[in-house]
Amino acid sequence: MAADATKPRGKLWSWLDERVGLADLEKLAKKKQIPVHRHMVWYYLGGMTLFLFVIQVMSGILLLLYYRPSAEEAYESVQFLMAEVQFGWLVRSIHAWSSNLMIFTLFVHLFSVLMLKAYRPPREITWFSGMGLLGLALGFGFTGYLLPWNELAFFATKVGTEIPGVIPLVGPFFRRLLRGGDEVTGATLTRFYGIHVAILPALTMLALGLHLFMVQKHGMSTPPGVERQGGEKRVMPFFPNFFLRDLVGWLSAVAALAALAAYFPVELGQKADPFQPAPIGIKPEWYFMFMFQTLKYLPAEILWIEGEILGVLGFGLGGLFLLMVPFLDRRTARGEPSQLFAWIGIGIIGYILVLTYLGYTVSPTK
Amino acid sequence: MAEENTNPEPSRRNFLNWFLNTSGGAFLLAVFYPVSRYLIPPEAAESSTGSVTLALKPDDVKANTGQIFKFANRPAILVRTAGGELRAFSAVCTHLSCTVQYRGDIGHIWCACHNGHFDLNGQNIAGPPPRPLDAFVVNVRSNQIVVSRSA
Repeated sequence: MAADATKPRGKLWSWLDERVGLADLEKLAKKKQIPVHRHMVWYYLGGMTLFLFVIQVMSGILLLLYYRPSAEEAYESVQFLMAEVQFGWLVRSIHAWSSNLMIFTLFVHLFSVLMLKAYRPPREITWFSGMGLLGLALGFGFTGYLLPWNELAFFATKVGTEIPGVIPLVGPFFRRLLRGGDEVTGATLTRFYGIHVAILPALTMLALGLHLFMVQKHGMSTPPGVERQGGEKRVMPFFPNFFLRDLVGWLSAVAALAALAAYFPVELGQKADPFQPAPIGIKPEWYFMFMFQTLKYLPAEILWIEGEILGVLGFGLGGLFLLMVPFLDRRTARGEPSQLFAWIGIGIIGYILVLTYLGYTVSPTK
Repeated sequence: MAEENTNPEPSRRNFLNWFLNTSGGAFLLAVFYPVSRYLIPPEAAESSTGSVTLALKPDDVKANTGQIFKFANRPAILVRTAGGELRAFSAVCTHLSCTVQYRGDIGHIWCACHNGHFDLNGQNIAGPPPRPLDAFVVNVRSNQIVVSRSA
């Protein structure tokens, strides 16, 4: 440190330092340390999600240059992008695949934080902002899915916007607000476009800023199990040691993305037609599959309540429970082992995995 | 501050605080009321279409098949039963509003979204749909199919 501080710097560095305060930033970067233990592999998932989000922003901006947000032109503009524009297929495929990978790493990040109990005090606000970012990411996925205006997206959106509509009292109002009318039409497309490219990015900037600030303020959480073992605490400097490892992960993600986009470019399908029956085998994006499959299994009525209302209510309460975990898990907050919440976490992961598996394997016409 | 609160005379500070809070509140109201009204889409006039004459001819619909048609801005389905009878229903599934279809292999109406089944009277017979499909009246007049709301 001392050697660094006295190291002679170039003129440009000094000029910038006087104006921006580079030395302070350098000190901050040098101070950040990462705990080293057997669970540290999970520390890479948050950074990976952030990296994929940056790819989403950049590829999304490129798509904006050709996309036209109206029912008459959306499908055709994506068709043009895929068929005529040089590397248009690549940019769209990267955007679609990166969104899937991002949601995947986000889920893994969420559940690793849940299982390692990193939500315990003083990191509750980090957890809340992270849950907010999960909601925003799902919102991005849901609104973006409609934009190509194809058959699958049309019906997925019809069902998806119908679901909040079953909530008693406020449901129908909320559905109209989402759809921009009573039905899924071009008005819905325009509305979803505005939400996807302006409203959600703005909210994400706020939530992400808070999330990163909290991570920076509290540093990485050491799992309680590792803390209880005691022994010598091993750490690694964030910069450059951990950052370079992050970089290896990001480069692997780029390689995976390029391979997926090149070998499995996304399809466009048929243009949406409101006067065609819903296609056989209609399904939402994989990360909504467990909810979709649950709705299929619920009978029309359970104890005089419509099955779908109960399903929607159940998922709402489940989400609220997950959000409130830092306040509910008192044992972990006191620094005691908390078997119950470990099993709840495993239960949630198991439920999602099984229902998703069924969603892809049970015959859609059965 | 405590002194001011016990002072029965309205002080200059109290007045200024009241004035600032009220103007602040009025400002926020003036911004958020129009924005919230703006976000709610205007009410579209409910289509009052009572009947529709289809472009389809009776011979176009073979026995044990179904066709989707437009009825008052919403999809509806025309089914010719295996017995040759024409029936029409709203094609909007009562579960989550997907568009249903007629499946010849099982001989009744089916929704692909969540595997809902309706019989040829529009009754929900299996799966998650909570209510039957709305039924329409079908009349065939000189090679034309006219579908109208019942009653």
